[in-house]
Amino acid sequence: MHVMNFSLLAVSLLAGSIAPQASAQQLIKIDGSSTVFPITEAVSEDFQKLKKGAVRVTVGISGTGGGFKKFCRGEIDISDASRPILAKEMADCRAAGIKYIELPIAFDALTVVANPKNAFLKAITIAELKRMWEPAAQGKVTKWNQVNPAWPDQAMKLFGPGADSGTFDYFTEAVMGKSKSSRGDFTASEDDNVLVQGVARDVGALGYFGYAYYVENKDKLRSVPVVNSAGKPVEPSLENVINGSYEPLSRPIFIYVNAKSADKPEIKEFVEYYLKNGGKLAKEVKYVPLSESDYKHALDNFGKRKTGTAFGGEPEVGVKVADLLRRDPKE
Amino acid sequence: MDAETLQSIRAMVVRSKRRDEVFGLVGVAALMVGVLTFAALFLDMAVQGMARIDADFLTSFPSRRPAQAGILSAWVGSTLVMLVTAVAAVPLGVATGVYLEEYAPKNWITDVIEINVTNLAGVPSIIYGLLALGLFVYQFGLGQSILTAGLTLALLILPVVIVATRESIRAIPQMIREGSFACGATTWQTVRDHILPYSTPGILTGVIIGMARAIGETAPVITIGALTFIAFLPPSPFQGTPPFVNADWLLAPFTVMPIQMFNWTSRPEAEFQVNAAAAGFILVLMTLLMNGLAIWLRYRLRRNIKW
Repeated sequence: MHVMNFSLLAVSLLAGSIAPQASAQQLIKIDGSSTVFPITEAVSEDFQKLKKGAVRVTVGISGTGGGFKKFCRGEIDISDASRPILAKEMADCRAAGIKYIELPIAFDALTVVANPKNAFLKAITIAELKRMWEPAAQGKVTKWNQVNPAWPDQAMKLFGPGADSGTFDYFTEAVMGKSKSSRGDFTASEDDNVLVQGVARDVGALGYFGYAYYVENKDKLRSVPVVNSAGKPVEPSLENVINGSYEPLSRPIFIYVNAKSADKPEIKEFVEYYLKNGGKLAKEVKYVPLSESDYKHALDNFGKRKTGTAFGGEPEVGVKVADLLRRDPKE
Repeated sequence: MDAETLQSIRAMVVRSKRRDEVFGLVGVAALMVGVLTFAALFLDMAVQGMARIDADFLTSFPSRRPAQAGILSAWVGSTLVMLVTAVAAVPLGVATGVYLEEYAPKNWITDVIEINVTNLAGVPSIIYGLLALGLFVYQFGLGQSILTAGLTLALLILPVVIVATRESIRAIPQMIREGSFACGATTWQTVRDHILPYSTPGILTGVIIGMARAIGETAPVITIGALTFIAFLPPSPFQGTPPFVNADWLLAPFTVMPIQMFNWTSRPEAEFQVNAAAAGFILVLMTLLMNGLAIWLRYRLRRNIKW
């Protein structure tokens, strides 16, 4: 009677599970943005090795929004975020009595890429990007010479991340001046590798995504220098992002630490380890690290338990990390 | 019978045979679409991933370095979740199927239940994930655990198990029941001694189909909060001190194979794509192994049926 054995087993297992769980092991729970994930994964990996398994770290990828939902319910200790916390999320955290420390941990430079065979696109301005991507361009702007008369009469194909992505939010904010304002008739994918393939195959293609995907596919793609506010075309590169000249398409990414959790020694140690080694590890997973002094400043803010956000719940473009860290955070 | 009639009959036979052959070819072609697609996918994954498949790959935790990353937490997680799924779905599904076939009165309520059970098999899996998030994770407080995932996937495959149970019970000749009742057996005695043993092979087929679907599910498992990076295993179900088994593993955090694969395919480094292919290959092997076990069981049980 296999069936009966199965059900007996089920009952005994379920009964056993009601007993309280032993939690001698220290556990750090992290969730949130998939953009921040590779860095947090690297830090967690090394930190666990360092502690020889005495501390356990789990990292999920519910997305920045999903991460904040769990964070403000007190389910996780640290939230990975590819954008600052929004007013609505601040209210949720406040209602649940959760205070947090906002720490920038690296840059993600949005990279505009073209097909390597495209010879005419030497640089691009934000105004040109806007003409390409604004909602009014939908169905109308389909050729390169419609954006800039100096460019050829050639079909233009656009590739970009889907509307659920933080990259999409930031790009639209930086280019259109309004988050999520974009034309809809482009090839969208949440998987950046699909965008890489698309641009690599089409001579008339243009796309944007995170810097790491460009670095890994340099042989198939060409990055397009973006003209910054000083009127100078700038390549996305480690130096240009760190020295602040690659703007407005570079953005800091964050971790948010629950202030109550931060009092636990293992979490304090983990965050300090993150800020001390995050730069090196970010570089290893092809992200752009902050400057040494910014990490020191962040460590100092963490030590002082400066709770709240430097943004006040509004998205903001082109702000320097050093300035962020100096601001008086609001909750 | 004159020669002309004979001629036309022969021509008809030839025509019919030709049509028979044509349909046979159409059938083979239809079969090949499925088989070749699967073979191409499987070979592609095998060729791409083979270089990464070794003992280290199976015994290492995820890592930022593609060459050191492995699937230990993923395959252990998948195995444990499948165990919970089977333990929950099989008794529930079989009992439901037996009740509906052998006990339930034939009226409109039973009909409505039947139609709904069949329709449930077509509900998108993410819906089960959302249901489980509200019910198991928050209402019952089971957390983002192996138990939650197993129960969620059990709900997902329950309709398949119920339908398979009913189909195979229906295939049992009515005279078996009549013979049993004629000897004075109750319905339960008939079910226990005849219906269940004879329908077990068919039920196992349904369980195979259900479990094969469950092991590849990503969406509902992500919805209930499975992790992506986890570099430790759930506590062992066995221990050195009495009572020798413990159920802590049921409430442990976990990840599963499809999530690990999904994470690797979306990474920028090309080496991670190789890892994803290797993990896919192992996942297919795990499914085949699970099915092989069920097929072997089915074969053994079928041998014992004598009627």
